[in-house]
Amino acid sequence: MNTIEVNKISKTYKTDKDAVKALDNISLSVNEKEIFGLIGPDGAGKTTLFRILTTLLLADEGDASVDGADVKKDYKKIRESVGYMPGKFSLYQDLTVEENLHFFATIFKTTVQENYDLIKDIYTQIEPFKTRRAGKLSGGMKQKLALCCALIHKPTVLFLDEPTTGVDPVSRKEFWEMLKSLQKQGITIMVSTPYMDEANLCDRIAFIQTGKILSVDTPQNIIQNFSKKLFAVKGKDMYKILLKLRDFPDVQTSYAFGDYHHVTLKNDDEKESEIKKYLTTELPDEDITVKTIQPGIEDSFMEYLNKS
Amino acid sequence: MPTVQLLILPLAATYEMKNISLSVIDNDHSTYAQQLINKFTASGYFKLTDYSASYKEALHQVEKNNADIILQIPANFEKTLIRENKASLSLNVNAINGSTAGLAASYAGIIIKNFNAEIREKILQTPAANMQPVIDITYSNWYNPDLNYKKFMVPGILVMLLSLVGGFLAALNIVSEKEKGTIEQINVTPVKKTTFIISKIIPFWIIGMIIFTVGLIICKLVYNITPVGSYITLYAFAAIYMLAFLGFGLLISTYSDNQRQAMFVAFFFMLIFILLSGEFTPITSMPQWAQVVAKLNPLSYFVAVMRLVMLKGSSFTDVSSYFLTICGFGALFNTWAILNYRKTSG
Repeated sequence: MNTIEVNKISKTYKTDKDAVKALDNISLSVNEKEIFGLIGPDGAGKTTLFRILTTLLLADEGDASVDGADVKKDYKKIRESVGYMPGKFSLYQDLTVEENLHFFATIFKTTVQENYDLIKDIYTQIEPFKTRRAGKLSGGMKQKLALCCALIHKPTVLFLDEPTTGVDPVSRKEFWEMLKSLQKQGITIMVSTPYMDEANLCDRIAFIQTGKILSVDTPQNIIQNFSKKLFAVKGKDMYKILLKLRDFPDVQTSYAFGDYHHVTLKNDDEKESEIKKYLTTELPDEDITVKTIQPGIEDSFMEYLNKS
Repeated sequence: MPTVQLLILPLAATYEMKNISLSVIDNDHSTYAQQLINKFTASGYFKLTDYSASYKEALHQVEKNNADIILQIPANFEKTLIRENKASLSLNVNAINGSTAGLAASYAGIIIKNFNAEIREKILQTPAANMQPVIDITYSNWYNPDLNYKKFMVPGILVMLLSLVGGFLAALNIVSEKEKGTIEQINVTPVKKTTFIISKIIPFWIIGMIIFTVGLIICKLVYNITPVGSYITLYAFAAIYMLAFLGFGLLISTYSDNQRQAMFVAFFFMLIFILLSGEFTPITSMPQWAQVVAKLNPLSYFVAVMRLVMLKGSSFTDVSSYFLTICGFGALFNTWAILNYRKTSG
């Protein structure tokens, strides 16, 4: 039995005029004690899936179970055994750090002392501020406190909805280290993020886009499955180059990607020299460099997007 | 804040009229006319603002808002009164403010009637011969002998304040958690809906009780109103009423999506409840449909009970039917709020 089982879940949000399909026939499963990443842009349906799995929202179709309990029938059991950290900071801002923690411990009929070992590593970082009101904490500390509160009842499954959005890079790194250590303590973690670089830190990831799952696999496999040779192109006027690349009949995809343009060709037998030859004849003054590179998660995501 | 309201509102909500501006058009200039005018000014209710030469001029004063009432004494008022034993006066009241107008007219009526009676005695030399059968009515005001409007208004205003605080605070509460998002975190916990609602009610209930106590102290110290009935009965009612009204507020809160919406809905109901509570105008004089609405208004019951207990000294058994009604409201609103509060959305 997998810890999280999602079977053909669909959810449509209806407004007066139109209906938005937030989740479209989604199926996936999460193994015990793994960090499962839900990767997708804003509006892909990540939060909707989280809300269904944490019994806050009813799906239109399909069924799902968390830790063996059905999200519809056994919702009470799920509420006792999962920890949920919503994307928006949702602790009581006018309670202090300590009060929030005690409050949530009491709600789950437990005490802070009882499960202190689980949150100790995280809580010690915010302990100097324990008499400060939660609303006055910095973004990173808020997330740490929220994580503590989500863990205080020793959940078996942890749902984290975009925990690192709006958090500085150092805190993000720390946060992921915490998740890794929680995983070692036997907690299954489902985390969503719009950051592709965080995908590598998950055991398995699912690409989600406009309510559909594009692919579910380990980050390594997903990168390996990248079917094309990938080239990186650099020059002086990047925008001009991008436009030229898109005019080149042999190019299949070309995207701006930081300092480089990532390019794939229709025919994988062609070499980087041919791109260079084409670009230097078209734009002689641009000082073009072209090299073959290893694809990353983001490249894979773009490829899946184009396929679907 | 409620304390200040309790101090200010009863003074503003007065039914007593003082300083009604009077404009006189005296076309007679006789002794009787002078006596009549003196009677008006001596009553304390009227303030003679001007003598006008003509009706037109007096009307102009009304237009300028300098006069509320015009007393017109016709020429030969005294002569006709003595000769024909009757005379006419004209009284014009500015009725923009209906209640001022009504009161001014009735005060003026009483003064003229008294004046009339005095004149009659003087003119008729032989009263025995002309004795008319007169029914003499003696009033006796029970429970509020000196018709002190404060005694009547203050208990009602206390109820209003309790309702305002309870209703609005509760209405804004759950919805503010919805806005802040904290409700998400609560909803994933195993907390029961009933527990959640009850835990929302208790703090406001305590606040309400404190306000009620402060209100009763103000009644005693400032307005010198001591309840004739027992404090226990009052508190029993306040306790159950607060519970009912908080339930109503929470019900609004569970239906609303944001604080503005909750505020407007609460405001809408609160206005209707207050105006139809019998606090300012008696329910029995309202149109039929309004009386039906008043029956569904928890405020009207508590206002009635407060007055019955504080002024009349009704015992708990006298008002137990009201108590049951308020209990009913409490059960209805709170159950409804619990049922309507969903931890899972569709």
